[in-house]
Amino acid sequence: MLLHLAADGTPIYNQIADQIRYRIAAGQLRPGDDLPPIRGLAESLRVNPNTVARAYRGLEQEGLVEKRRTTGTFVKELPQRQSVAQRRRLLAPQIDKLIVQSRQLGLSWEDVLAQLHQRNSEISPQEQRS
Amino acid sequence: MSLERSLGQRPESAVEVEHLSRRFRGQIALDDVNLRIPVGSIFGLVGLNGAGKTTLLRHLVGAYKPQQGRVVVLGDDPVAHPEVVLKRVGYLTEADSLPLWMRVGDLIDFTRAIYPTWDQQYARRLCDNFGLSRHASLASLSKGQRARAGLLVAIAHRPELLVLDEPSSGLDPIARGDILEAVIRTISQDGRTVLFSSHLLDEVDRVCDCVALLHEGRIVESLTAEQLPLRYREILGRVSGDERPPEIAEAFGWRISGGEWSAVIAAAALQEPEFEQRYRVLEQRELSLQRWFSAHVEPASRSHDVLPSDEVTADA
Repeated sequence: MLLHLAADGTPIYNQIADQIRYRIAAGQLRPGDDLPPIRGLAESLRVNPNTVARAYRGLEQEGLVEKRRTTGTFVKELPQRQSVAQRRRLLAPQIDKLIVQSRQLGLSWEDVLAQLHQRNSEISPQEQRS
Repeated sequence: MSLERSLGQRPESAVEVEHLSRRFRGQIALDDVNLRIPVGSIFGLVGLNGAGKTTLLRHLVGAYKPQQGRVVVLGDDPVAHPEVVLKRVGYLTEADSLPLWMRVGDLIDFTRAIYPTWDQQYARRLCDNFGLSRHASLASLSKGQRARAGLLVAIAHRPELLVLDEPSSGLDPIARGDILEAVIRTISQDGRTVLFSSHLLDEVDRVCDCVALLHEGRIVESLTAEQLPLRYREILGRVSGDERPPEIAEAFGWRISGGEWSAVIAAAALQEPEFEQRYRVLEQRELSLQRWFSAHVEPASRSHDVLPSDEVTADA
């Protein structure tokens, strides 16, 4: 997995978890797919194995992945265990960022909504999940 | 004392330093340093240039005898029994200290003869991976390739403790990446320990699970990566005009810029009821390693910037 880590102050385990979460949401990682082994990913990212383990632990607690003994970590078959409210909360920081930036850029909310619709129709439907 | 007991048996600490002090011509270089490095950790020693990092590391490889205090490495005294300790330790220095008149192959054969645990297959593989030719003379190599050759002879005997003194200093990003990868590999093999000094905090942040800050010869703080966010928070607020930021006794590492102030505070202090209202704290953040470092080593500034611009708030 080719993750990109930035030195912008965001904790590294968060960056790893965010990018795996995105891949799951976008359908690049499907239920049953395995995540790279912790040591292998740590070596290729040049980060401490504990940091990768911590990111995986977070994803496991969110119910997105599951650890199977001895065989590794897999994307869960039923990643929808979380309530709608929980899933909405995950989106809140991005929504806030979008609102702040569009206000700074002087774009009207209608304009932003129209762009969201536009992008949504451009992204192919098979990448969407339910 | 636990030091005597740990001699001879397999210790839980790869390194134990107790009350170590050192002077050079009356100048204090190390001042009552205490440090414990757990087996299996990647331990980052950070500090400004001249903080005493190299002096401390040289005590661990038996190059300096403690003037005061004790140093125990892998359960033994590196000065009294260097032949025992150093065989189990790999050491890479910042300075370009390889014998430049040698060829890469000579260096490998020479080092191989010193270490009974030398793994020739591993050495060959590293040679390939690093693109090193046995016939190249060390003098003809680029700085990055020389650092890789130095790394090869520091790790091919599979040391239990790998000590790296500013391994990335002055290297290109690819060579730095190779070194970090070797560090990660070393600890993923069970029970091995890496200690490295650096002032590149983003590297330390990525690879270390424990960090100690050495400043003016003293260990200011030593903690695990997981302890950092539990122990401290960064708090921010606003001031208008010439107003001074609130007096908060427990806070340190003050910074003021562009009408905003920031300080570091023990997470426990924030538990106080109505703390945020009382000091008009507008925001709390997880403390970054960078901010932790600068809060400890930069002189505090509670007065306003003289800079004409309001834009300077970035962490340097």
